Amino acid sequence: MLRLDCLKAIYPELENCLAVTIMGATAAELQSLGHRPNFFYLQHAMGLASSTGLGLALSLPEQKIIVLDGDGSILMNLGSLSTMARYRPANLVHVVFDNESLLSVGGFPTATGKGTDLEGIARASGIPKALTVRTVEDFGTAVKEALARSQLTTIVAKVEATGPSGYVTDLSLLENRFQFRRYIQSLKRPGS
Amino acid sequence: MPVSVASSKVIFDALKKCDVRLMSALPETWLVHLIRMADDDPEMILVRLAKEEEGVGISAGAHFAGVKSAMLMQNHGFLASINGIVSFAHLYKIPLLMLISYRGTFGERDPWQTQGGNVTESLLRSMSIPYSFLDRADNVEKRIRQAQTLAESSLQPVALLLMRDLMWEE
Repeated sequence: MLRLDCLKAIYPELENCLAVTIMGATAAELQSLGHRPNFFYLQHAMGLASSTGLGLALSLPEQKIIVLDGDGSILMNLGSLSTMARYRPANLVHVVFDNESLLSVGGFPTATGKGTDLEGIARASGIPKALTVRTVEDFGTAVKEALARSQLTTIVAKVEATGPSGYVTDLSLLENRFQFRRYIQSLKRPGS
Repeated sequence: MPVSVASSKVIFDALKKCDVRLMSALPETWLVHLIRMADDDPEMILVRLAKEEEGVGISAGAHFAGVKSAMLMQNHGFLASINGIVSFAHLYKIPLLMLISYRGTFGERDPWQTQGGNVTESLLRSMSIPYSFLDRADNVEKRIRQAQTLAESSLQPVALLLMRDLMWEE
C-alpha cells in the first residue's frame, strides 16, 4: 500500500477538515495532490503534529481535525497518545502512516518493523478506537467512518517506505502557517 | 505545603483577565495550586501533559484556532521543550506565553533542582527568548499582560520566570 494512494482515497474528505501533517514525504505528497488553505504541514518538530491536532480539537470542538502522522514522529512523542486519550476529543482523527522507516531522513528502520505495535500502544494508552489497515480500500473506509463516528480514533496504516524524490515545495512555511490560521478565522465569521 | 495560594490566585486571575482560555501544564510543587485553579474553572481548558514539549504543539493549535493559551512548567520542563520551541514556535512564528517556575536558585534546598537553575537564563538568552520575572504579587497582572502583548505582537515565545519570593511562603 502506498501512502500517496491512501491520501488520494481521502483527499475529498479532507476538504471539510483541518488537516495537520508531519514533515517530509507526507507533507510533499499531500501538497502534490493540491494544496488547500485548511492543510498545515509541520515541517519540523517531529512528534508535535499530534499535539497540534489536540490543541486544535480542544479549541474548536465543532470542527473535524485530522492528523496525518508517521511512525517515526509518533515514536518521538508516545506520551501524546496518552494525552490525547485523556481528553479524547471526539472531533479528532489520528492517522499514523507506518512505513517502519525514518524515510525522510535517510530510510533508517524504526522499531515498528521489529515488533513495536502502534495500534496496541494507542489502545493501551486509552485511545477509544484504534485499528490497523493494510489496503487502500480499508484505509478509505476507516477514515470516513472515523470522521463520521465522533470518537477519537487512531488509524495505523501500514505503507511502503517510498516517497517523492524531493520534499521542498514552493509553499513557504510561514505562508502556509498564516494562510492556515486565516482560513480558520474565516470559518468563525458570522454568515460565512 | 508552603506554596502560596494567594500568589497562585493572583497569577491565575491575571491569566483569566488576559483572556487565556487554555492552559497546558505538567505538575511540579510550585504549580499545584495554579493547576488546581485551572482544573476547577469551567471556562478554562486544562491539558495535563506527559511531557512539556507537547505544550508547544497544543499552544500552536490553540493559536491557529484563535484561542489564547499559556504553558505552565518547571524550568526543567523548559529544557525538555527546547526543540519544540525552536523547530515549531520559532520556525513558524508562534506566540507562546510560558510561565516557568524557576527552581534551583538562591534558597533552593532540593539538590536535584540545582543544575537547572544554573542554565535557565543563559538558555533563554541564547535562544533570544524575551523574559522577565514574577517575584511580587503587586505587578503580576501588569507583567503577564505585557508578556502576552509582546508574544502576540512579535509572534514569538516569551517567558515569565516564577520566583521563590512569589511562590513560596516560609
